[in-house]
Amino acid sequence: MDMNEIKEIFFQECEEQLAELESGLLRLNDGDRDPETVNAVFRAVHSIKGGAGAFGLDDLVSFAHVFETTLDCVRSNKLEPTQDVLKVMLKSADVLADLTNVARDGGSVDQARSLQLIRELEALAKGEAPPAASALEPAAPKAAAAKPAAVAKAAPVEPVVNEHGFAPVAFSFDDFGSDDDETPGDLPAYDIVFKPKSELYTKGNEATLLLRDLSRLGEMSIHCNMDSLPPLDQMDPEAAYFSWKVSIKTDKGEDAVRSVFEFAEWDCDLEVTALETGETTESDSDDLPMQPVPFDLSALDGELDMPLGVVEEEEQIAAVQQAVAAAEAASNVVQMAASASRAAASDKGAATAAAQNNAQQASSAAAQTIRVDLDRVDRLINLVGELVINQAMLSQSVIENDSNGVSSINMGLEELQQLTREIQDSVMAIRAQPVKPVFQRMARTVREIADITGKSVRLVTEGENTEVDKTVIDKLAEPLTHMIRNAVDHGLETPEKRIAAGKNAEGTVKLTAKHRSGRIVIELSDDGAGINREKVRQKAIDNDLIAADANLSDEEIDNLIFHAGFSTADKVSDLSGRGVGMDVVKRSIQALGGRINISSKPGHGSVFTMSLPLTLAVLDGMVVTVAGQTLVVPLTAIVETLQPDAAAIHSFGATQRLISIRNSFCPLVDVGRILNFRATQANPVEGVALLVESEGGGQRALMVDAIQGQRQVVIKSLEANYTHVPGIAAATILGDGRVALILDVDAVVSASRGQSLQLESSLAAAG
Amino acid sequence: MTYLAKNPANGGRELIAFRIGNQEFCVNVMSVREIRGWTPATPMPHAPQYLLGVINLRGAVLPIIDLSARLGMKPAEPTVRHVIIVTQVKNRVVGLLVEAVSDILTIKDEDIQPTPDMTSEFERTFARGILAIEGRMICLIELEAVFPHTESEAA
Repeated sequence: MDMNEIKEIFFQECEEQLAELESGLLRLNDGDRDPETVNAVFRAVHSIKGGAGAFGLDDLVSFAHVFETTLDCVRSNKLEPTQDVLKVMLKSADVLADLTNVARDGGSVDQARSLQLIRELEALAKGEAPPAASALEPAAPKAAAAKPAAVAKAAPVEPVVNEHGFAPVAFSFDDFGSDDDETPGDLPAYDIVFKPKSELYTKGNEATLLLRDLSRLGEMSIHCNMDSLPPLDQMDPEAAYFSWKVSIKTDKGEDAVRSVFEFAEWDCDLEVTALETGETTESDSDDLPMQPVPFDLSALDGELDMPLGVVEEEEQIAAVQQAVAAAEAASNVVQMAASASRAAASDKGAATAAAQNNAQQASSAAAQTIRVDLDRVDRLINLVGELVINQAMLSQSVIENDSNGVSSINMGLEELQQLTREIQDSVMAIRAQPVKPVFQRMARTVREIADITGKSVRLVTEGENTEVDKTVIDKLAEPLTHMIRNAVDHGLETPEKRIAAGKNAEGTVKLTAKHRSGRIVIELSDDGAGINREKVRQKAIDNDLIAADANLSDEEIDNLIFHAGFSTADKVSDLSGRGVGMDVVKRSIQALGGRINISSKPGHGSVFTMSLPLTLAVLDGMVVTVAGQTLVVPLTAIVETLQPDAAAIHSFGATQRLISIRNSFCPLVDVGRILNFRATQANPVEGVALLVESEGGGQRALMVDAIQGQRQVVIKSLEANYTHVPGIAAATILGDGRVALILDVDAVVSASRGQSLQLESSLAAAG
Repeated sequence: MTYLAKNPANGGRELIAFRIGNQEFCVNVMSVREIRGWTPATPMPHAPQYLLGVINLRGAVLPIIDLSARLGMKPAEPTVRHVIIVTQVKNRVVGLLVEAVSDILTIKDEDIQPTPDMTSEFERTFARGILAIEGRMICLIELEAVFPHTESEAA
């Protein structure tokens, strides 16, 4: 694994942390005061900072640091997370996300903006933060009796006190110069109880190094507490048994002391207690500062009830434990722990077994989620698709050759069919992801646009955990951003107008997602003014979209906004209204196999409803025959199927024919003719009509020759090896191994309106 | 394996020769992925005449070109004896329907003669040279020109 891969993992984690950060802040914004939420937010920033530091991403580190400092004030209840504070924090989260992106992809960030936010954050941290010491928790009485010896952890690096009585050297390198000005006794003193958990070691942290860093802050004395050290045969070489009590005198302040443990904070119990200046701690009076007390073997001996020789082994094991902790790879850990402890205590079989057990547990606990390359999942999905097709082919040929139909092969095949279906579902589930990340991005969009337009907007999201295929999620962000912009920019009124209209000054944009009959339905609603139909109509007339005397229903007028080159905002703003508006949205939703609808109530707002397929890999279709060819019509498009009666068919003009269905007339479209499969129109009475609903709400009756059945098909791209074919959405492979084409219902319907299929496709290609 | 070994040694290249009607053509063997028997293709709407349709190649949708029609000759009437040469240019895979594969040739670059100076569409678009092998004339075809135009080119 090279550095870039590790970096890539870091950025992936950053994304998760940023999502966590934002959702946490939003929860706080909604009035959640759970300390765990604050902690989660803090942790997210902290982790980003930590990782960024490791990769030398200084911009990111410095911003994260300021952010973290302010968050720490919130965490320690020094700063009340009011709406104003959270606004700054949410903006900071945005900048942090920008910085992360820049660090990954290059480019530049808005320096002025991040500097401004740094200032705001600092002001928040300073302005309202009470003096550091006063807010501290009282010293916990947990500081257990100091036990002699910093054995395994401290001893290897501390200056060794030998038997010849060499004077212990105080460890205050940094303070050498200042010693003259201040005597150590005048410096603020802190009592620190540091109890590492075993996670600290598994993450490659090292108590010795932390203590050494601490010693650079000032004069200190260390006591190692070995109370919890179990007898050797019960000892787990990977567990942490020692804790340390440190008394330090430093002028660097408590923050400096805490910052030593910055990256270990989550994996240890840490108590820092400020002592009154001049007060000498208990340990100070007993011991010389910074004197590692020699390892008192007899004490250990008595306590542990062990022969002296064993203690040495024990030390070794403790050392092994450290080495083990430093090695991060879980598999290595198993081997190292096992072999090392075997060498150290070969007669202690139990310890070895325990070590192995423990390491295995550790590795299994870490493997709950895995990151998998998307390509691999896709390959799996493709292969499963093949499997489904192959299985169908096999079934079909068995059925053809097995006339009685009750052989054991048939039974086996049925089971195989169920299994393949199950495998397919499970594989599809791998790709399914909650829409939450997209929704969170929308929160940012809303904030930004609200800022620019000077409107006050609240985004309410529902059903963020609704799952849908990753491809759908990826392609959803763009149209959704566009729609949100429109909703805030055009949909919502200014606060003044809202108040005048008797509404809350703060506008609400609501984004919901839910599953409905095998599709995901995403609704975007606002409580704004709704669509101004008069204006839309006038605009459409001005732009020659409709005739001046056209008689349109409200719904039809609403749907005009999906036309290309349509924008109703009087002034063209930066955000929306450049003419590339809802038509682009509509096209991207259609490209996803989805539909979009709008309903609007003047004065009460508009609701956009998008219905999208859960996956782009399979489709439920009706298999039909047209002019000897097998076609698949997406089931979602079909409203009903009917056998036309000769009396119901009416000629209309030269070539048009209408079919009357329950007293309404619906144009009849011969699919075979549109696709050029036959030269003349087929006789409708001999075929079957599929009543389909297309975009824009219009209904058409598609004429096909016969219906073969209904089945789920795997979508295959035509574009990969060929090209886009007008009227055809994609291809699939049927049970007989032949390729069948999937009909693009909307294209066929619009072709029936007189637009040529060819024209339509070249426009799409150009756009 | 021996073919591959030969290639870099003498600077030669290998070609697959095939027959359409009474003419012989060849393409670079490096572009050929496999050769398979004819299976009925699913016709595509609005497709050029030379495009017979698409078939299922182990799960991928493979367009089949009637090379005879593509080269401006009489459209083929596919039978079970016809073969499909599956070729790849860049990422696109296309099957070429021909009557039969006749030979695998190892030639040197200098064996390729330039096409005679004629003004036919065929010569300008598809032919990249001619080879004289044992008294036969074999025409080297430019595969990329044979492939159906992509959407971007058409627009």
